[in-house]
Amino acid sequence: MTTPIQVMPQAAPARKPPSVQKEDAMWLQKEMITRNYHELASAHAEGRKISATFVPGNLNELLMCFDFVRRLPETDALQNGMRKKSGKMIMDAERDGHSEDVCTYVKTDLGMMLQGEFGPTGEPMPHPDVLLLSYTGCFTFMKWFELVRQKYGCETLMLHVPYQGDAKISPNMREYVVRQLKDKIIPALERISGVKFDIDRLRGYMKESAKAEEDLVRVLQSAKHRPSPIDGYFGGVYYIGPMFTAFRGAPEATRFYAMLNAEVQERMRQGKGPMTPEGELAEEKYRLVVEGPPNWTHFREFWKMFYDEGAVVVASTYAKVGGVYDFGFRHDPERPLESLADYCLGCYTNLNFPQRIDMICRYLDEYSADGLLINSIKSCNSFSAGQLLILREVEKRTGKPAAFIESDLVDPRYFSAANIKNRLESYFQMIKQKRAAAVH
Amino acid sequence: MNTPLKDIIARCEGLFEDLRFASVQEWKAAAPGRKAIGYMPIYVPRELIHAAGMLPVGIFGGGDQMEVIQGDAYYQSYICRIPRSTVELGLTGRLDCLDGMLFPSICDVIRNLSGMWQIMFKDKYVKYFDVPQDYDDAIGGEFYVHEMQALRDDLARLRGAPVTDDELRASIAVYNDNRRAIRDLYAFRAQQPWQAPTVELYLLLRAGCVLPPEEHTRLVREYLAAAAAEKRTKRDNARVVLTGAFCEQPPLGLIKSIEMAGCYIVDDDFMLVMRWLLDEVPEQGDPLVELSKAFLHRSAQTPSKYDDKKEDKGKYLLEQVRTRGAEGVVFASPSFCDPALLERPMLQDVLAKHKIPYTAFKFAENTGQMAPIREQAGTFADSIKLWSAA
Repeated sequence: MTTPIQVMPQAAPARKPPSVQKEDAMWLQKEMITRNYHELASAHAEGRKISATFVPGNLNELLMCFDFVRRLPETDALQNGMRKKSGKMIMDAERDGHSEDVCTYVKTDLGMMLQGEFGPTGEPMPHPDVLLLSYTGCFTFMKWFELVRQKYGCETLMLHVPYQGDAKISPNMREYVVRQLKDKIIPALERISGVKFDIDRLRGYMKESAKAEEDLVRVLQSAKHRPSPIDGYFGGVYYIGPMFTAFRGAPEATRFYAMLNAEVQERMRQGKGPMTPEGELAEEKYRLVVEGPPNWTHFREFWKMFYDEGAVVVASTYAKVGGVYDFGFRHDPERPLESLADYCLGCYTNLNFPQRIDMICRYLDEYSADGLLINSIKSCNSFSAGQLLILREVEKRTGKPAAFIESDLVDPRYFSAANIKNRLESYFQMIKQKRAAAVH
Repeated sequence: MNTPLKDIIARCEGLFEDLRFASVQEWKAAAPGRKAIGYMPIYVPRELIHAAGMLPVGIFGGGDQMEVIQGDAYYQSYICRIPRSTVELGLTGRLDCLDGMLFPSICDVIRNLSGMWQIMFKDKYVKYFDVPQDYDDAIGGEFYVHEMQALRDDLARLRGAPVTDDELRASIAVYNDNRRAIRDLYAFRAQQPWQAPTVELYLLLRAGCVLPPEEHTRLVREYLAAAAAEKRTKRDNARVVLTGAFCEQPPLGLIKSIEMAGCYIVDDDFMLVMRWLLDEVPEQGDPLVELSKAFLHRSAQTPSKYDDKKEDKGKYLLEQVRTRGAEGVVFASPSFCDPALLERPMLQDVLAKHKIPYTAFKFAENTGQMAPIREQAGTFADSIKLWSAA
């Protein structure tokens, strides 16, 4: 965004000479991430402990209670992907015996360690002191941390989060997660960190989380407006960044979301479209819902294929992978452990197929979208297995056209720009024809 | 009079090849109101289904004899084969004889298939069956007992009457007997692998996926008697453990190829459901609690199950190698099988530390080209027999 909004002057970042155009909040987010990598690099020297945990179902508020510097391995992998470093890391891991068939996030992480343990920003990336294996919605997470533990001997704490196979959170599921937190996770985190657990401290962080979540939802739902002031997928990954990673619950995240929301509301008031790396989108021609994570190695190129055609993603399921907030969930300081359990249990990939399809159909309706696009990711069976049924069901239920493209998270070998571009162009034509047919 | 070996094997082969599940249909037709419940790998407590008077039916994909057409339309090229052939079985009416399907907690693909099944087969009972990854009785055990109770309640609704504790205890006894027979079968093969080729053992296990457990136990016992009486040539083969094939199944030809290439398979992880619980489940006490304790403390290790401690990794495999007197390990994993392929480097690391040789390849249930596998298995057997330090 080019118009500065003085919501939180103390939080306003130093503007960079932009070769790329970004909103102020995007610059701030970048600074926060860089600072976190710096904290990780210097943590051990400063006598601080490091935790690692996964994005979906991450218990950031709880980890903050023990003063851990927080690392999220998927974020490391995607940052390496965006910086074009992941290809070599994946090949190194494959040479080290890992199958070409398995998740490239895992191989990027293992390859990064093989290359000398420097993080995406080039600073050292020390071993975590604890691996909090909260494996919500992805079996691969379990193997991932077992692999890290095997190699480096890090202490690993399993938090088993049951799947919503029956489309609901049963009292048994919630109680199971709470019991693990109370009897296993919290005592172990106390022991490892040397910090005594203070539930009021947790409540304080959760209160901050709820405020930030409120603002995030306002930002995401701004896309219901025409034109949408945001892109809920490509732009969305910037918006969800602090919430889904090391910052949720911290006051700086609350400030970030307040600032972001103010920026977005102002854009909406002025009738502006989303910011793209080449400036503001002048005309919104297509409104899409996207299912599946983005490709990170060619993120800009991929995004350009959309904004060049005037396509805006008004809602995406990926923006719910670290928490589904837009249907009402908020961290609740009044029932902290139960609320943490509900958060873990409710992340997008922990929902069953009928729930996922319902959510997509709802987005298509509520965001007045023209259709659904599925970006099917080779690495991610949790998202991808069965997506072709999602496509059929959504088309059948909404009558709106759906399209399917394939890529990968961080493996540059699986991004075929020409192929994807062709498919997108055909898809946009299809939407146009549907519109024309509806008019006649 | 004892049943001749060739008749036993022919019967098992017939059951294995019948993808219309005629034996299940016959079982159902034999008494009014009978129901059959399908389950996928790796493990479900079949005792609950049996106690409800229903037939548990193991669904292990479509094998290499079935052409998959509709199933392919639901999956991208990088997804393993078992879900697509299972969908094909369902969409072509081959699973119409099943009144329900259980999808155990094994991987993201089977997990997602549970929801797909809910959408595609709305008139059937469908359940994703979660098992604990926390092994404390008071935490994971408590959760698991509740999950089993939910399944028990569902099955009671299906049959229109509660499933009693006594019925459960009786079923535990039936499956204890079946597990004893399977343990004897595995011990027999390990002692005299030339007398019980793995292809025969495999067919016997597959028969156990569709037969009532009582009948299957009798069949295994008959086989053991018949196989012991058979005169077969002992070869100087390498003794290997095959691991990685706990979900999608290799074609029979692949098992034959490994053995023809000079390897005796002396242990494996095929159809672990039959050997998941490692010893007797007490037939007294609270049946769900006893099943839970057996699961938490006395069950097999497999990639879908979390290893609580780093030192636990590979323990079960090492034990298989040690107790069966194996000389090496063959990693046979289905292509795109996340659990098996992610686990493999860790197990290989453990084996290397114990100086146990291994070889690895991938397969799909419809793999047709056996020459490369025969060559690799043959080279592996040679490396053990001809060039090892021993």
